[in-house]
Amino acid sequence: MFYRENGQFKTTYQSDQQIFAIPQDRWAILAIVAVAFIGVPLLVDEYLLRAILIPFLILSLAALGVNILVGYCGQITLGAGASMAVGAYAAYNFLIRVDGMPALAAILLGGLAAALAGIVFGAPSLRVRGLYLAVATLAAQFFWDWAFLRIKWFTNNASSGSVSVADINLLGWTISTPTDKYLFCLGILVVFSLMAKNLVRGSIGRQWMAIRDMDVAATVIGIRPMYAKLSAFAVSSFYVGVAGALWGFVHLGSWEPAAFSIDRSFQLLFMVIIGGMGAISGSFFGAAFIVVLPTFLNQVLGLLGGLFGLEVSVALVSHIEVTVFGALIVFFLIVEPHGIARLWSTGREKLRLWPFPH
Amino acid sequence: MKLHKLAGIAAAIGLLATPAAFAQAPKAAAKAPAKAEAKEQFFPALPYRTGPYAPNGVPWANGFVDYLKLTNARGGINGVKVVWEECETAYATDRGVECYERLKGKHGGATVFQPLSTGITFALTEKAPVDKIPLITAGYGRSESANGAVFEWNFPMVGTYWSGADVLIQHIAKKEGGFDKLKGKKITLVYHDSPYGKEPIALLQERAKMHGFELSLLPVASPGVEQKATWLQIRQHKPDYVLLWGWGVMNSTALKEAQATGYPREKMYGVWWSGAEPDVKDVGEGAKGYNALAMQHGAEPNAKVVKEILEKLHAKGQGTGPKEEVGQVLYMRGLISSMLAVEGVRAAQGRYGKGKWVSAEQARWGFENLNLDQKALDALGFAGVMRPVHTTCLDHMGSGFARIHTWDGKKWNFSSDWYEADQKVLRPLIMLASAKYAEEKKIKPRTPEDCKK
Amino acid sequence: MSFFLETLLGGLMSGMLYSLVALGFVLIYKASGVFNFAQGAMVLFAALSMARFSEWIPLWLGMEDNLFLANLLAIAVSVVVMFAVAWLIERLVLRHLVNQEGATLLMATLGIGYFLDGIGQTVFGSDIYKIDVGMPKEPVTVLESVFEGGILINKEDFVAAFIAAMLVLALTIFFQKTATGRALRAVADDHQAAQSIGIPLGRIWVIVWCVAGITALVAGIIWGSKLGAQFSLSTVALRALPVVILGGLTSVPGAIIGGLIIGVGEKLSEVFLGPYVGGGIEIWFAYMLALVFLLFRPQGLFGEKIIDRV
Repeated sequence: MFYRENGQFKTTYQSDQQIFAIPQDRWAILAIVAVAFIGVPLLVDEYLLRAILIPFLILSLAALGVNILVGYCGQITLGAGASMAVGAYAAYNFLIRVDGMPALAAILLGGLAAALAGIVFGAPSLRVRGLYLAVATLAAQFFWDWAFLRIKWFTNNASSGSVSVADINLLGWTISTPTDKYLFCLGILVVFSLMAKNLVRGSIGRQWMAIRDMDVAATVIGIRPMYAKLSAFAVSSFYVGVAGALWGFVHLGSWEPAAFSIDRSFQLLFMVIIGGMGAISGSFFGAAFIVVLPTFLNQVLGLLGGLFGLEVSVALVSHIEVTVFGALIVFFLIVEPHGIARLWSTGREKLRLWPFPH
Repeated sequence: MKLHKLAGIAAAIGLLATPAAFAQAPKAAAKAPAKAEAKEQFFPALPYRTGPYAPNGVPWANGFVDYLKLTNARGGINGVKVVWEECETAYATDRGVECYERLKGKHGGATVFQPLSTGITFALTEKAPVDKIPLITAGYGRSESANGAVFEWNFPMVGTYWSGADVLIQHIAKKEGGFDKLKGKKITLVYHDSPYGKEPIALLQERAKMHGFELSLLPVASPGVEQKATWLQIRQHKPDYVLLWGWGVMNSTALKEAQATGYPREKMYGVWWSGAEPDVKDVGEGAKGYNALAMQHGAEPNAKVVKEILEKLHAKGQGTGPKEEVGQVLYMRGLISSMLAVEGVRAAQGRYGKGKWVSAEQARWGFENLNLDQKALDALGFAGVMRPVHTTCLDHMGSGFARIHTWDGKKWNFSSDWYEADQKVLRPLIMLASAKYAEEKKIKPRTPEDCKK
Repeated sequence: MSFFLETLLGGLMSGMLYSLVALGFVLIYKASGVFNFAQGAMVLFAALSMARFSEWIPLWLGMEDNLFLANLLAIAVSVVVMFAVAWLIERLVLRHLVNQEGATLLMATLGIGYFLDGIGQTVFGSDIYKIDVGMPKEPVTVLESVFEGGILINKEDFVAAFIAAMLVLALTIFFQKTATGRALRAVADDHQAAQSIGIPLGRIWVIVWCVAGITALVAGIIWGSKLGAQFSLSTVALRALPVVILGGLTSVPGAIIGGLIIGVGEKLSEVFLGPYVGGGIEIWFAYMLALVFLLFRPQGLFGEKIIDRV
């Protein structure tokens, strides 16, 4: 009823090509961004900010990066955790080794370093594809895990291999409280999402999608597979690397390579596939699902146990949590193999006709 | 396509609203009866009962909780009852951080955190000063945090990896007949490739320089089930001693590989995290002769406190975990960790009001001015289990004693006298590392005057 | 020299053990195009089941100490358990995901992996459990007359490698000589053609998963007896991945040869290169090795060549 397009006429190409062509969408997005920037910091408590929202924002960014590679360019990666690690450690080194380096610049440079590493480890994609490639990217994962543990220079010769950074400072704004951190991450995420959206709508994004859909055909019509694939690896790694730097700088404050282990890679891939491959919004859905689900299950199971007067042991709860997590993932894949984003767009189609379907 | 982002955020908010409701709801799993008026002292627990390190994490957690139960059975801390709540970390740093955030504000505020993971300790070291919640890391964590002037909120009580490594070298020197005999000896460190495993390296290198023994380092990737190449190298080098710095399944694997390559177990020395029943149980006879540090205590089935727990808790079916486990090495470690926390609060009550609830900040003072003498230990039932602990502003460790115990195929027996870590070696390292940390973090170390506050 | 041989032997032995896990991957991928990341979890599940039932069965039946009988019964029960797991996976999951993309299937098996990890620990517990099938633990020294100090041989590895070889032999016979085996190969070659000549696809897939379950059980018993049955066993799957990639996803002999190459490459690199770069390189070295091979043969050593047509 309210969500209708009829009566809206586009008179210029510009208005037809804007990201949110329907005014309802535009207003809704603006409202949500406004709520995220103003409402959320006022309303939610510290636990939610620090334990759920900040990880959600950072992992959304990482998932966005993975989605560019997996969803738009069709190259499966299991090395996203390594890109995060490269981003985090490179940013750390830029920060401490260059005098007067602003933290934000260090984070972005960390992303660039991750992009370079991504190009190197993405090179095999020119020769191998599919599952072979997925396993090949694991080489990057294990190599970087090892490198940050073993090569002391990366960790500034810390005896334990663990590094830490002080609160970051942005043009006189010291980011120390959870609200600051939340706003900082949110700001970066909004900018990067907009960039990603425009990238995938543009010529480069279309090249990626052509390669994804059929690389031989894409080559025939003049798309250079090397350029397209490597640029996808670079952009994706840049996003993931920035997310990694944020994870280290903002969320953890002090980290070791295990924070970016292979489990993280799997987790990011999960987000993309559950959220929806090849949809920007899918990254957000997926990140929300994967970040919230374990905590949610954990609390619900404890509560359920209490309801039935059983003393549920923590061990049992976490075993069941893993079990249910696995089962839910399988369930989701069976019900909607194209992810939550697809579920949402189906819902939107219905909404357009509501309440008068035919 | 247009509403995608809206949807993302909306769904996120929708999903988030639910746990928020739960976070606010009183946790049903909290074990002690919730009384709103009289404040109870809250001790959060961050154990791991799942994942690769569960076999070692579970007994520790059981001991930790049992002592809190015992404290309530004994009438609380000067009448103040204790409550606790567990949050499973699975030894993962990010989950540990989430648990910390979840628990720190509950039940009137957390008194002290004990993460039982060096990785989580590193992450929480950054957060604790902001939230003003102390961390007790009895036998693990950052070695340099023994310097309380810089690490105001960290308490690596009773032992750090550096004190442990130091004692091991002392013991080896004694076996060889003096430090001068160490010259030219080959010592190999087999370690878990993580901040935990790397901690002792700095001290061992220092000692190697002092006495001229040759130290070689062999890292083992987590979780440590693949050690064939490691032990082949050991077979090639034929070191005089092997120090084992493992955790979880890595320990038993190392022993099995030692057996398979014929390295004498008598020449293997583990840290206190590599010397408990789960590490040797399924190797059995194959681990006979293997030595490990005992962080003060070993397996203590005859200690008074153990008997009290069996009688007051397990006999009534209120114990945590299996009865047979009570008194085992890691169970005792959990018990002692918990006891230190409780006694720190008791000390704080001495200053801020007996029988009153203390805040985390007040409890910190208690941990810093803990003075557990022999009499106090005897009264608590820890006679013979451990040595007195006395912390100060500059020394958050409180006691650097340790001894060695040896597995005879069926149980652990003490095989050495007490050693004390050499402060002359330890102190400069601690000062150096903590000064570096203070500089990185722009912390101004506390002066003796600050300490008196 | 003797040390080099020892390392080489050690590498070959671990290679055989990797092959055992790799076989599970190959079997399932060949027949159904699913890359089964849950293989590691299946190994863990089988090992836990074996360890716990050999402990429980004597208690239930009140048997006196008879290790052999207890093990035999436990193996029988575990086989049934693994069959049930295989059947359930096919029925509840894969049947509903026919014709999905590779990535989706991969994620589904990861989900199954989580599920099995969780349920395994819920039912069987999360401690380290012992599997005692009477494997020899003490090493022997041979060829002392040829080399100084002789060559140390780990008897347990030898037995394990022997069992692995027997399993491969049995599988080969099964695939080559039995009617079911032929049907399996037909399905692997071309689903539609196989279906059109009356081979029931659903049943074949159940059988494949059952066979993979049996390999998981054998791997679980061997690895479990070596390392103790506990959670970390599921990570051996990660060690076996470069093996399948190197050998080719669709080749049984590839899994064996790949396993041997990876095993030897890993151990030699760790022992001879490791000390120069600080050690701990074997895990990524295996992947790099596989990667280098891939650059020359993108489908693995024995994999089938993929031909694209526009």
